[in-house]
Amino acid sequence: MMLLQQYQRPELVCPAGTPAALRTAVDAGADAVYCGLQNETNARNFPGLNFTVAEVEQSLGYAHARQARLLLAVNTFPPAGKFQMWKDAIDAAARLKVDAVIVADMGVAEYAARTYPNLRLHLSVQAGASSPEAIRFYCESFGIKRVVLPRMLTVAEISELHRQIPCEIEAFIFGNIGMMAEGRCYLSNYATGQSTNMDGVCSPAADVHYEEDAQRNLTTRLGEFVVDRFSGGESAGYPTICKGRYFCGARSDAYYAFEEPVSLNLSALLPEMMRAGVTALKIEGRQRSRAYVKSVVGAFRKAVNDIMAGREAAFASLLALTEGRRETEGAFPSKKWR
Amino acid sequence: MQANPSALTLGPVLFSWQPEAWRDFYFRIADEAPVETVYLGEVVCLKRAPLFDRYLGDVIARLKAAGKTVVRSTLAEVMSKQERKMVEDLCADDGVVVEANDGSALYYLRGRPHYAGPFINVYNERSVAVLARDGVTNVCLPPEMPAAAILALCPQAASLGVNLEVMVFGRVPLALSARCYHARAHGRTKDTCQFICNTDPDGMTLRTFEYQPFLTVNGIQTMSHDYLNLIGELPRLQDMGVARLRLSPHSCDMVEVASAFRDALDERIDTAEAAARLDGLQLPAPYSNGFYYGKPGHRQIAAAGKR
Repeated sequence: MMLLQQYQRPELVCPAGTPAALRTAVDAGADAVYCGLQNETNARNFPGLNFTVAEVEQSLGYAHARQARLLLAVNTFPPAGKFQMWKDAIDAAARLKVDAVIVADMGVAEYAARTYPNLRLHLSVQAGASSPEAIRFYCESFGIKRVVLPRMLTVAEISELHRQIPCEIEAFIFGNIGMMAEGRCYLSNYATGQSTNMDGVCSPAADVHYEEDAQRNLTTRLGEFVVDRFSGGESAGYPTICKGRYFCGARSDAYYAFEEPVSLNLSALLPEMMRAGVTALKIEGRQRSRAYVKSVVGAFRKAVNDIMAGREAAFASLLALTEGRRETEGAFPSKKWR
Repeated sequence: MQANPSALTLGPVLFSWQPEAWRDFYFRIADEAPVETVYLGEVVCLKRAPLFDRYLGDVIARLKAAGKTVVRSTLAEVMSKQERKMVEDLCADDGVVVEANDGSALYYLRGRPHYAGPFINVYNERSVAVLARDGVTNVCLPPEMPAAAILALCPQAASLGVNLEVMVFGRVPLALSARCYHARAHGRTKDTCQFICNTDPDGMTLRTFEYQPFLTVNGIQTMSHDYLNLIGELPRLQDMGVARLRLSPHSCDMVEVASAFRDALDERIDTAEAAARLDGLQLPAPYSNGFYYGKPGHRQIAAAGKR
């Protein structure tokens, strides 16, 4: 029972792509939910997703009535000439008194910090702050209270980092992982003309094409580039450049040059993450269904409660929810992944 | 009316070159290339830096003797103790101008004049203002910035006393990762790579299932297959007030590249003639300029007439 004192109860931060998903996440035990507005100001700017300002207001009431917090992601980079849309998002967040705003752009952070000194700011993973000095730069410049860490650090590195920064740590524990450093990837824009950083879109559906031949081989394409090809029966993934198969001079067959299409699942590392000083555990997936949100949030709620109570946590049901039913612990367990 | 012609700069060598080739490249740049500023230093991988460090002093001396301004570039991705130390050491030297490529360098450089490199996300005037307050005097914009945003940013940067720099030549840096893709292609990891990346002086090509060349792997960095070339957009970039234009080094004849750009900037030749000279380089990939026009980055769009 001595071990228990090493755990701080972590906050479970859950995705909400729609007001209905938000209510589902709160009901399933989320301590906090994060969402974005219906425009380029957030990094999941997909059709049919996200919130109007009025919906944020209603959802905030729902969450607060159930002791859950609402975080608004304003975590893209406004190109010069379009800054007003991001200002409007920050203004709305301050007016509605959301519990925190997740920012990435230095200009947006500065506007928020200067205009609304009481507005709590979290640093988005999109800011790519991966060292104590980089994190301190943001904390000292903009009064950042929490950093969302890039998915490239090991648990040991997170633990060390925790002792060297003046803010809380939020870390991803489950969901889709891009292979590239967040906020520093133009691959999608290179193929489609839509920028992840400026437009909040990666692999936009309008540029995705599936082509099946007579042998039932399926080719997936982003813009004009083939991202992968699946022989009859093989289950096909959504074409994301960093999860495609390509040829290179060093190999005879097409291979996953960056990463296999797997999902992050750190459930087995949860106790270690909690000991490493992680304040908030983040679940990815604002684009996912309510059923998905319900299962994942429910499973992690139970697991965190079990660990806090000194019980063994069980996660068998989560594998069915990972991409292609394959999972990885990514960079988190050891440096060999790199 | 034409303002002063923009200055030409040479970005850091992003690839892994043999140390002697690296040294000789810069000696020739010092002696022959019409560039005003040269950025030096390892940006992609910590492990490569010690290989050419022994020639760094000679290279800096030769460049300075030739009248070039030397700016030291920092690592783009900083996580480990060694990476952090490399950035700290470089930033501790007051005697050099440093271009920051990540947030940790920005942290160390606050309060004295420094540059922000293309791996720092600067897309708008407020970001420029934040950095200017900390001492930034030059910002190299992310290569995906479209002309409309560059145009909007130029007067605001000028009013803050910050020069804007735009990359105009070379394979475009598109992404960074914690994982080394050169090592992965050869069944190794970042820690066991045995410097396999130094067999590809311009990176390793990735082809699609249609055997279409698509991307270029350079260690932890992913780049475009094609070469950015904004020679046709030079008049417009100058009109906007872009102070510096960056050429990114490749194994092709970079003196000829710099000369073609310089001659076009000085209006000794028109951009069509300069473009023809660049076509003569016989590069292993086509040119592209799509990002500039707000289109898919790999596209080549015809420049909209002369000034």
